[in-house]
Amino acid sequence: MDNLQTYLYISAILFSLGLYGVITRRNGIAVLMGVELILNSANINFVAFARFGGMNFSGQVFALFVIIMAAAEAAVALAIIINVFNNLDTVNIDDARELKL
Amino acid sequence: MDNFAFGLIIAITLGSALMVVVSKQLLYSAIALLFTLFGVAGLYIFMWADFMAGVQVVVYIGGILVLLIFGIMLTNKISSVNISHTSLQRGIGAVVTLGVLGFLIPMIKNTSWMQVASIEPNQTAESIGRLLMMDFLLPFEVASLLLLGALIGAAMLSRNTN
Amino acid sequence: MTGDMLINYALGILFLPLVSFIILIFLGKRLPRQGDIVAIGTIVFTLILSLAMFGSMLLSHDPLFNHEASFTWMDLGDFKIELGFLIDNITIIMLLVVSLISTMTHIFSTKYMEGDIRYSRYYAYLGLFTFSMNGIVLANNLVSLYIFWELVGVSSYLLIGHWFEKDSAADASKKAFLTNRVGDIGFFIGLMIVFTALGTFNYAEVFEGVAKGALSGTLLTFAGIGLFMGAVGKSSQFPLHIWLPDAMEGPTPVSALMHAATMVAAGVYLSVRLFPLFTPDALLFIAYTGGFTAIFAATIAITQNDIKKVLAYSTVSQLGYMILAVGTGAYVAGFFHLVTHAMFKACLFYGSGSVIHAMHHSLHNLKDHDTDPQDMRNMGGFKSKMPITYWTMLIATLAISGVPLFSGFLSKDAVLAGTLSFASHHPQHFLLPVFGFSAALITAFYMFRLIFMTFHNKPKLPNVYKDIHESPKPMVFPLILLSSLSVFIFYTLPYFNPLSDHGWFMELIKAKDSMVPGNPSAHYIAEGMHHSHNLTMILSILVASLGILLSWAVYIKNSISADDWSKKLSIYYNLSLNKYYFDENYNKYLYQPFLRLSNRVSYIDWDLYDKYFINGFGHITKWLSMISGRTDYDGLDQTIIDGLGRSMGKAGSSLKEIQTGRLQNYMLFALFGVIIIIIFQSF
Repeated sequence: MDNLQTYLYISAILFSLGLYGVITRRNGIAVLMGVELILNSANINFVAFARFGGMNFSGQVFALFVIIMAAAEAAVALAIIINVFNNLDTVNIDDARELKL
Repeated sequence: MDNFAFGLIIAITLGSALMVVVSKQLLYSAIALLFTLFGVAGLYIFMWADFMAGVQVVVYIGGILVLLIFGIMLTNKISSVNISHTSLQRGIGAVVTLGVLGFLIPMIKNTSWMQVASIEPNQTAESIGRLLMMDFLLPFEVASLLLLGALIGAAMLSRNTN
Repeated sequence: MTGDMLINYALGILFLPLVSFIILIFLGKRLPRQGDIVAIGTIVFTLILSLAMFGSMLLSHDPLFNHEASFTWMDLGDFKIELGFLIDNITIIMLLVVSLISTMTHIFSTKYMEGDIRYSRYYAYLGLFTFSMNGIVLANNLVSLYIFWELVGVSSYLLIGHWFEKDSAADASKKAFLTNRVGDIGFFIGLMIVFTALGTFNYAEVFEGVAKGALSGTLLTFAGIGLFMGAVGKSSQFPLHIWLPDAMEGPTPVSALMHAATMVAAGVYLSVRLFPLFTPDALLFIAYTGGFTAIFAATIAITQNDIKKVLAYSTVSQLGYMILAVGTGAYVAGFFHLVTHAMFKACLFYGSGSVIHAMHHSLHNLKDHDTDPQDMRNMGGFKSKMPITYWTMLIATLAISGVPLFSGFLSKDAVLAGTLSFASHHPQHFLLPVFGFSAALITAFYMFRLIFMTFHNKPKLPNVYKDIHESPKPMVFPLILLSSLSVFIFYTLPYFNPLSDHGWFMELIKAKDSMVPGNPSAHYIAEGMHHSHNLTMILSILVASLGILLSWAVYIKNSISADDWSKKLSIYYNLSLNKYYFDENYNKYLYQPFLRLSNRVSYIDWDLYDKYFINGFGHITKWLSMISGRTDYDGLDQTIIDGLGRSMGKAGSSLKEIQTGRLQNYMLFALFGVIIIIIFQSF
């Protein structure tokens, strides 16, 4: 069971679930959670390839960087959502549609 | 034994992930995300990336998830009626997602991945540290700059304007 | 005179009156004296040219003189029409006659038409007429003859209708023109037969063709009779004589010029020119037509009371004589009579014009507008008041009655000799001399009746008679000139025998042989005439004296009462007075049915064809254009063009719903795109 394909399958499923969350959820923070899932699935991919590609640690280093990015992005995104909440009094991202026609 | 644990970790991960995107209660989603992240950390361990598992738990769960929960708490409207947290495009979203899955899985199955045999390392921290300081020095510094930027940005965004 | 000079003179004679016409038509009113000087000047010059030609003819004294000149008018390959001049002795004499009488008319009209409202136009039309008549005389082919023939008809129409405000004048001019046209139908048929058979219009070539036999037998007879019908119309023979008496509505000088001397003589001239192509049958037809007309018109003239009408019927009768002469073969005699008749008839018309002019003045002074100035019953005793008119008219009347010592005697004698000789060779045609001699008797009777009623006896209207006076010199001068030309001597020079027509005229005008094979030769005809000459002379003197005697008895001595006889023979009297009801019968049996037919046809055209067929087209077009309009407006414009716009609008508004402003929707679309790309890539 412990082969590359398994991890890749897991990663693919996580990716799809994260995608579903992004495009479906109404709450901004829930969307953010979906994004985290996607990032995690990418991380799993990196580490899996690191493990099954001759223990090349570059994959893990890259996964590290991804985590760093995820942290920065989550912080900024949350700041934006709080800002939106303060201004529009809602976290429903459907309501932030000033750019509609 | 190994397989059982492995299967358990996978189940936790995927099950929690499902809960994240499906749950109507936001806090339930957050907790589910917690479990998912734990599951992913476990997977890292199985993949001989112990340092990564540690980083995952500390940064992701300890940092990002806490941040998320803070965000939930701050944007919670106590007086509001619990409106559905899922949008109207669930159906088509599911179809699209399944479509994506549908092409990813066969793709994974049909590709002959190049695999190189590897030996289990003693510890990974040293190797990662060495790589960070030698081969990936520039991205490392840039990443710290990015964090600085994000810090300042987040602080700027959430300050009170009056 | 050389041939070329003659042609130049002929051109001058022909076109000078036309120039006068053009000048007077356009500028007449603005010229001094309304331009009659121009007209008189040109006509006198024409007369001089004709005299020059005449002199040259006398000098060269060549009876066979013949000069032709022609030019091609139309050349369409195998169809060619040539027009031109033919100048021989007959032509020259005719030119002189026309120019002379025309000049006299021009001079006479200066006084007669003085103060007329359309004075310059009158002189213009006289010029047009002279041009046309000379054209007929000079023609060397049937086409140009026909052209000028019609022109003469037009001039006649214009001149008869000079006072067109009078209904009677307008009607008379129309009648003249239309009756002429009826005759011209026959002329045209004859013309076409000649052309189809012989391929040419030129006289000389036609005669050659007939001599060769290219046109012969019944067809030639028909052609001859057809061509003769033109003469019947123009020269007012039975049955187309109806227009000439009505033509007296025109001014008297016009009557003198056209309806006594020249235009009506055109028919005779035509017959004389075309004599060589008449078959014996055609000639017989011609002779009977002429003979019958002669006596028939004479019987009408006896009862007429209008002085001009008497002269009109007399003209018809005398034209009958000329035609009779042509028919019996003695066509030179006919031509001779044409010339002498022109002189004395014009003189008689001028004389009557003078009398009418005097009557007009007198009635005008009396403010009398009811009395007819032309009615002889209102005259009488004018001898003492108008001596010159009296004596000149008397001379002319003696001439027309055929009294020896006058020109009329010579010419009438020649005609009658011709009929007698013809009858002696063909005893079954005895009627012809009977017609001839009876007409001579009646002519003498009614002409002297005219003289006696106008100039002798007591005046019937004394207060009118008081103001009668002689006419002014321009009116009297033609009378004197023409009456002197009615004396025998001018035609018999250099001989002085009053009983023989031998003279320059007869020497220069030699009869031509007929071209129809089988016709008697000219020589044969002349021989016959010679033989019957003495008998004719005796008979004609007898007949003339009888006529004059009768007239004297009735109108001077009153031993025979005209009124009694008119009552006893009232049927005949009424027939004669009413011209045998010709006009009335023509109207009932010809004109009215034709007008009814025209009405019917016009109904079909106007009410049926125009209304339904033509207007129908209009309705259909309207309907079609309405449909087309609807297709275009409603169909194309509204449905297609606007529809395209509307559907674009709807598409736009529906498509704009895609931009919802929602982030997740955009992501969905992006994913869709990715999936589709992958699907496409995998296939």
